[in-house]
Amino acid sequence: MSATTIQIISRSKYYNWLVKNLFSSWVNTILTVIALIFVYQVGSFFLNWAIFDADFRYNFQGELIIDRGFCSKNIMPGEYGACWAIIFARWNQFMYGLYPIEEAWRVNLIYALLPLAIIGILFDKIPFRRYFIYFTFIFPFLAYFMLYGGPGLSVVGTNKWGGLLVTLFLGVTGIGLAFPLSILLALGRRSKMPIIKSLCVVFIEFIRGVPLITLLFTANVMLPLFLPDGVNPDNLLRALVAVTLFQSAYMAEAIRGGLQAIPRGQVEAAQSLGLSYWQTTRKIVLPQALKIAIPPIVNTCIGLFKDTSLVLIIGLFDLLGIGRAALADMTWTKLYYEVYVFISLVFFIFCFGMSRYSLYLEKKLKTDNS
Amino acid sequence: MQTNFFRKIIFDEKSRSLLIQTLVIGLFALFIYLITQQTAYNLEKRGISSGFDFLHISAGYDISIRLIPFTSEDTHLRAYFVGLLNTLMIAVCGCFLATIIGFLVGIIRLSSNWLFRNIAYVYVEFTRNVPVLVQIILYYSILLNLPKIKQAIVIFDNFYLTNRGFFSPSPIFKDGFSIVAWSLVIAIIFTFFLKRFLKKKQEETGKQYPTFMINSAIIIFTPIIFYYIMGMPLEFDSPVLKGFNFKGGMVIRPEFLGMLFGLSIYTAAFISETVRSGIISVSKGQREASQALGLKSNFIMRLIIIPQALRVIIPPLTSQYLNLTKNSSLGIAIGYADLVHGFGGISLNQTGRAIEIMMMVMLTYLTISLTISFFMNLYNKSVQFKGNA
Repeated sequence: MSATTIQIISRSKYYNWLVKNLFSSWVNTILTVIALIFVYQVGSFFLNWAIFDADFRYNFQGELIIDRGFCSKNIMPGEYGACWAIIFARWNQFMYGLYPIEEAWRVNLIYALLPLAIIGILFDKIPFRRYFIYFTFIFPFLAYFMLYGGPGLSVVGTNKWGGLLVTLFLGVTGIGLAFPLSILLALGRRSKMPIIKSLCVVFIEFIRGVPLITLLFTANVMLPLFLPDGVNPDNLLRALVAVTLFQSAYMAEAIRGGLQAIPRGQVEAAQSLGLSYWQTTRKIVLPQALKIAIPPIVNTCIGLFKDTSLVLIIGLFDLLGIGRAALADMTWTKLYYEVYVFISLVFFIFCFGMSRYSLYLEKKLKTDNS
Repeated sequence: MQTNFFRKIIFDEKSRSLLIQTLVIGLFALFIYLITQQTAYNLEKRGISSGFDFLHISAGYDISIRLIPFTSEDTHLRAYFVGLLNTLMIAVCGCFLATIIGFLVGIIRLSSNWLFRNIAYVYVEFTRNVPVLVQIILYYSILLNLPKIKQAIVIFDNFYLTNRGFFSPSPIFKDGFSIVAWSLVIAIIFTFFLKRFLKKKQEETGKQYPTFMINSAIIIFTPIIFYYIMGMPLEFDSPVLKGFNFKGGMVIRPEFLGMLFGLSIYTAAFISETVRSGIISVSKGQREASQALGLKSNFIMRLIIIPQALRVIIPPLTSQYLNLTKNSSLGIAIGYADLVHGFGGISLNQTGRAIEIMMMVMLTYLTISLTISFFMNLYNKSVQFKGNA
């Protein structure tokens, strides 16, 4: 085969692809042209606003360098580019909230260790997985000690926490605490004991029937009323209680789906081998059910992660809360788009990552089973 | 003897489960008892009274977005109903818009045009991976950043887009308009029977009728004819700029629009995914078989693909409607006066009856959720496979 034939083949491959996917008929060609114009308009508008016309003159040290009128003027996007100064100026708050800046290394350390703590759960074919799992169990205590403080470290109250720290704290801790609770709820819902079953059903359906915001309100206003004097959980803890209960109900339904997919024969075989209920559940049913249930579980986790933004309404400063606080500053009042686009981007990175992971798992499950 | 008795309890399944359940009930009752005791004690110590008498006290605050008249002298109970109606209004409008966008995007996602399908994909990924609250606030701030009343964007001469909302002419119904409205209702009922009749005819003779065209014509033209017969009994009151605001016409507030856009754009992304997977789930053989029978492509879609896809689409669609309704409670973030904002927020702060009010709000949402799932389940049953259990 000579070089020219190869060239022709490879060119015709692209050509075929173009014809098939973009210009298969005259209707399709018109649609393609319309879509191209649309993409160009939207894309150039956004890129001009976000990058080419944007103002980046502001550094991470928060030094005020610019005296630029339009950053505080009432502007429409398109007239001027973005003024990213607000993000740089408030970077520390977006990341740590009001956490004392000389202690911020503690938060950074936990941010850096977090991937190591969850990698063992996410992937089952990594070297030294067992040690990663050990680390997963140590991590919550380490994180508590590092973030809150204790012997040797100064105590930083949760009222100083904010930004991404609160968002991640609520998301990760909520999911971690909800997981065991949701397994119990899912098992309880499938239990043969009518009272346990109905308690679980009522709990799950109640939580799923009301908006998270009402649960947050309830936890915020009523938890202090329920508890004896002296026991007064702070705002973050109250939100955590609501978020955990909320997540456990949704996760329980995902796990129940997995439990229902296990053939009865599995349980019967285990019973005929003389295994007790808990042995059957722990060694036969749950490992199989959880494997099937992981993709829907991850989907509930994405939902929860997004829902952590609701804590802004009860006065906590998560990412969105910090953003709104920044906008309340007279210098920056008109920079909505910059702040909300930035926050959207942060949430998008986390949630899109999780949804990709869920897709990867679904594919893997399919190949594992066939 | 005694050991035997214990043995029996522990190793006999029935008595053991009885024991466990008794224990659970006991613990649960103890838990409830302790909490109520503690709450009563705490309430007394803080001097908070309880009960539902506050519902009949005048609320003392105003609600700008309302479907029924409300002034600050009206009671908290009325504020509850104003909020409930606002919640239902945004939920119904949101579900409606989300369904339309969702179905459109879902179908575009399956388009053979690569560019089209990927634009839809980008839309879906970007909207469903950003919290709905962020989106609501973002769209709301875009709406607030529209031109001021004086520089309003004018659309078709009588519609004004401003940072105070969307102003449009309001209809004024004169005598005889009810006859036009009734003619529309009768036309719709008539087409319903006509459709049945034509279908029967088609089954008998095999001849096809353009049922859809005939019925659309009837529904559109009957009211128009009656409108002219009755002497055009409909006028519009256009908004006119007077001083600092518009007089006349009606206004859709930015709070409502922000909620509507946020909720429906967010939920539509999820709906489009269920629509897409529903259509994919119909096996290829079905389409090929109907092509082999010589059906036209729009008939294949309407008679073969969509009825089967609906079976897969309805259950997740239901849960999306439920999610949208629950998410409508986020109105509090931008000041949309729904149940949580007005009654659950301001009334709660004024009366301090946290337990009663949160109880009412939660039970209301539960009732709405259960009602939606009840009706969607009914509909679901009607589209599921019949007969071959």
